[in-house]
Amino acid sequence: MGYEKLSRDAMAARVARDIPEGAYVNLGIGLPTRVANHLPAGREVVLHSENGILGMGPAPPEGQEDWDLINAGKQPVTLLTGGAYFHHADSFAMMRGGHLDICVLGAFQVSAGGDLANWSTGEPGAIPAVGGAMDLAIGAKATYVMMEHVTRSGEPKIVARCTYPLTGIGCVKRIYTDLAVIEVTPGGLRALEWVDGLSFEALQARTAAPLARAG
Amino acid sequence: MIDKTVPSLEAAVAGVRDGATVMIGGFGGAGQPAELIDALIGQGARDLVIVNNNAGNGEIGLAALLKAGRVRKVICSFPRQSDSHVFDALYRAGKVELELVPQGNLAERIRAAGAGIGAFYTPTGYGTELARGKETRRIGERDYVLEHPIRADVALIKALRGDRWGNLVYRKAARNFNPIMATAATITVAQVAEIVALGALDPEQVVTPGIHVSRLVQVGAGR
Repeated sequence: MGYEKLSRDAMAARVARDIPEGAYVNLGIGLPTRVANHLPAGREVVLHSENGILGMGPAPPEGQEDWDLINAGKQPVTLLTGGAYFHHADSFAMMRGGHLDICVLGAFQVSAGGDLANWSTGEPGAIPAVGGAMDLAIGAKATYVMMEHVTRSGEPKIVARCTYPLTGIGCVKRIYTDLAVIEVTPGGLRALEWVDGLSFEALQARTAAPLARAG
Repeated sequence: MIDKTVPSLEAAVAGVRDGATVMIGGFGGAGQPAELIDALIGQGARDLVIVNNNAGNGEIGLAALLKAGRVRKVICSFPRQSDSHVFDALYRAGKVELELVPQGNLAERIRAAGAGIGAFYTPTGYGTELARGKETRRIGERDYVLEHPIRADVALIKALRGDRWGNLVYRKAARNFNPIMATAATITVAQVAEIVALGALDPEQVVTPGIHVSRLVQVGAGR
């Protein structure tokens, strides 16, 4: 039986479904940024940007960019009514202090124990850059990862132990992939749901750490 | 009469010594004091240690300072960007040293310097290669890394408006690192779009109180 992987937008919509009204949320650079497009109108969710914004709004119309108002990826954004600005130490205190409800991050690898690797492939000669990744990983009340289930060459990205340099230890609570939603529990990984037409066994075969079946 | 305003960008960056540690505000281009950086290039100090979130974009501002060969070391969180080719080339050629610091640790190390904190334990980076060799400690149920303050000889910052006492307000997300850097340097130099009369800034809205500012220079014709 065939199955279809979730598109990037379908993944974003799936994550958005789990972000409740009133949540304070940081969406990481890249794929997670797309989650904002799928938050239903009327659900008030306050987006945080590491560079000192709460209540971040969508990109402005072309021609109305304000380069003093950018997101973590340095793209122009807007401020929603009720939003606020603050300096960098306050912004990261918000993260580190556990004030954000949810942080959604991309990843190279996540381990069975919830370790996250998302800042460096450790390639020799590469110029390292970490930004706010390590603060985001450990700061929010819940850290969600959003990524493809396997690499382009088919290698599992959910692994027993990360081989890439770590961003944080035991920090990931839930993994949203193009195949499944997987929870990280003290007892290991638990698959909550997976795409139609994919058997649990086939999901396990694409995952390099043991999965338990929810329910 | 206290008057921290200076008449020119040259006067604003006068006295920066070779080997100085210089904090430069901004997050990418937002809040980066480009005119002060240009003045620093003209001033000529070399072997500088630069503290910034990034390592320059394009060919202007911090990238121009790097290109001029004035920088010995960069302390930052995110050097690699689509347009960081000046830094990239210098780094690959071994001509500039890099201390990579997680962004929140960078901010808090700067804040700690300004607040007189000797060092602090943070959970960020624990168990990663960026904490290698650093003292760690378990407090309660959690593991922490000991991080030390970053002080500077000079901070170059950008604000929107200031008065002759050095009180500053910022504009939108161009605030970022500027207020904390203002507290962490021996000499803090602020460029503003507009110098206003004492009393014109609402005291309830002042973000950086003048005590943290040494020199103030107006650039451009105001916003």
